[in-house]
Amino acid sequence: MEGWKELLYNVAFWVLTVLTVGSGVYVALSKNIVRTGFSLLLTFFGVAGLYALLEADFVAALQLLIYVGGILVLFLFAVMLTHKITDVNLSNESSSQGGPFFAVFVLWIFLVYVILATKWPDAPKFGRQATVEEIGRGLMGKWLLPFEVVSLLLLVALIGAAYLARPLAVKVIEPLGSKKA
Amino acid sequence: MNRHRLPTSFAVLLLLALAASAAGQQAGLASGTSSGTSLPFGIEIPEELFKYGFPIALCLVVLGVVAGLAGFFTWVERKVAGHMQHRCGPNRVGLPPIFGLNKWKLFNSTGLGQFMADGIKLLTKEDIVPTQADPILFRFAPYLTFIGSFPVFAVFAYTVMPGGGPAASTNLNIGLLYIMAVSSLVVIGLLMAGWSSGNKWALFGGLRAAAQIISYEIPIGMAFLSIVMIVGSLNLYDIVEAQRGGLHHWFIFNLKEVGPFGIVAFLIYYVASLAEVNRTPFDIPEAESELVSGYHTEYSGMRWGCFFIAEYANMLAVSFIATTMFLGGWHEPGLWAVFHAMGLTDDVAPSGWIGTAIGVGMFTAKGVFLIFVQIWLRWTLPRYRVDQLMYLCWKVLLPFAFANLLAIAVWNAVVAHWGEISAAFFS
Repeated sequence: MEGWKELLYNVAFWVLTVLTVGSGVYVALSKNIVRTGFSLLLTFFGVAGLYALLEADFVAALQLLIYVGGILVLFLFAVMLTHKITDVNLSNESSSQGGPFFAVFVLWIFLVYVILATKWPDAPKFGRQATVEEIGRGLMGKWLLPFEVVSLLLLVALIGAAYLARPLAVKVIEPLGSKKA
Repeated sequence: MNRHRLPTSFAVLLLLALAASAAGQQAGLASGTSSGTSLPFGIEIPEELFKYGFPIALCLVVLGVVAGLAGFFTWVERKVAGHMQHRCGPNRVGLPPIFGLNKWKLFNSTGLGQFMADGIKLLTKEDIVPTQADPILFRFAPYLTFIGSFPVFAVFAYTVMPGGGPAASTNLNIGLLYIMAVSSLVVIGLLMAGWSSGNKWALFGGLRAAAQIISYEIPIGMAFLSIVMIVGSLNLYDIVEAQRGGLHHWFIFNLKEVGPFGIVAFLIYYVASLAEVNRTPFDIPEAESELVSGYHTEYSGMRWGCFFIAEYANMLAVSFIATTMFLGGWHEPGLWAVFHAMGLTDDVAPSGWIGTAIGVGMFTAKGVFLIFVQIWLRWTLPRYRVDQLMYLCWKVLLPFAFANLLAIAVWNAVVAHWGEISAAFFS
């Protein structure tokens, strides 16, 4: 019984990992920006699957809900509504190779060090606890103040976005020195 | 002759079913607590085969049932439309002459075989990819839409009957959140179809569909929240259990806990769910008079069929959600008391097979009725304009949903503490 579970778990883990990393590499390297956007779907989906494998069902659902349902849709809207977006010269063609590579290499060393040095909590692999109630109690109890602050921040951002996007029925203020086309 | 890729699509679906069931098992999403290994008729199967084979079989069964129901509802839609427009609708194609079914008038002269004929037609049509289309995304988009409309049914496999479903189905603790999450995959599929067609109508259709769906998710979330607040659980099974006890305990009519606001929440959910599945009066993504047929303008053959099945599967899904949340799920409207009075208490216990049959029948009947209402509305109402649609969502439904949420909270608190309140103020 455990052997089967172990096998399926490992298969699921590696499939999800290859999906996440592969589509992430495609996002970084592709020159077609729309396909890049859609490839992000697989990345987010793979990450959600990894959360699900880690027994974090609430986080997995939220990953799908927020990243796929919200952020990715906004990305795609922005990409699709931009005029002639497919003609834009993407930066990953024109950037220099040495400096970024060095910076990323240093970051990689640092990350590997952190991963190896951290003592990770040893969660039960196949145990199932409900995470939702605990999260709810945490948000309404110990972490109430940060939660409220974050919601206030989001409200401010929302009002700001609505203000910026309002129809400009009044006179448009031109920046100094700019000519009206 | 025809270049459709039927084997590919089936392979994709099968792989997805396998992956979903494996991930579900391993993520602990499947309940799998009871290890029943004996089927009826004395068939014994090895436990491991049962444990890992059954979820996969269940996936395939759900796939088959939902896709078959989708086909059936295309027939219902055409018949209802025919009657409303004073014409016959399909009335020639009967069922094939197997089991002697074609001798019955119902199966012979009502056009019931029409959807099968349509399906065969779609399967054998040529699969056209326009030269301006993005070939990979164009081919993948119907599958994504199709796939995205099915995970919702994983939770209904458990919620559909009293006492829980088969041991391998999912009693998901975060059921409602899961539904909200997986339904967002459809949006990406529609956007992908719209963009990859290389056609401005399709692009507009896709963008409209996505904007509409993500906007109307908010009133739906608020309507859900008012019920979740009362029940105190996101688990669909718990929500159905909380409505036990007859018609006046269903959240649409439950005066004690949600007051008269339950029906408001239900109406908000129902209107928003019509928009969520792009049905009339909110079918502007495929408004024929403006956009030919929106995001699936360029599709032909079975790829178009995938969109079609996905649309009807989504209709079924939102109807099942409404049934679960507001119409009492598998609870019957007080028939229980009648059976009790007749002394039929033994066989009709919720765990008995009659109780299960009644439960499944009730759940299905309510869902099918709601689909009938969707069809009815489609052939009755004109279509909204795109700005009217957004106005309705953001300036009508959303404020009402917020106010309703608050009203339910206040009502529930007042009713629950009525004794103390009346003691404090009126004594």
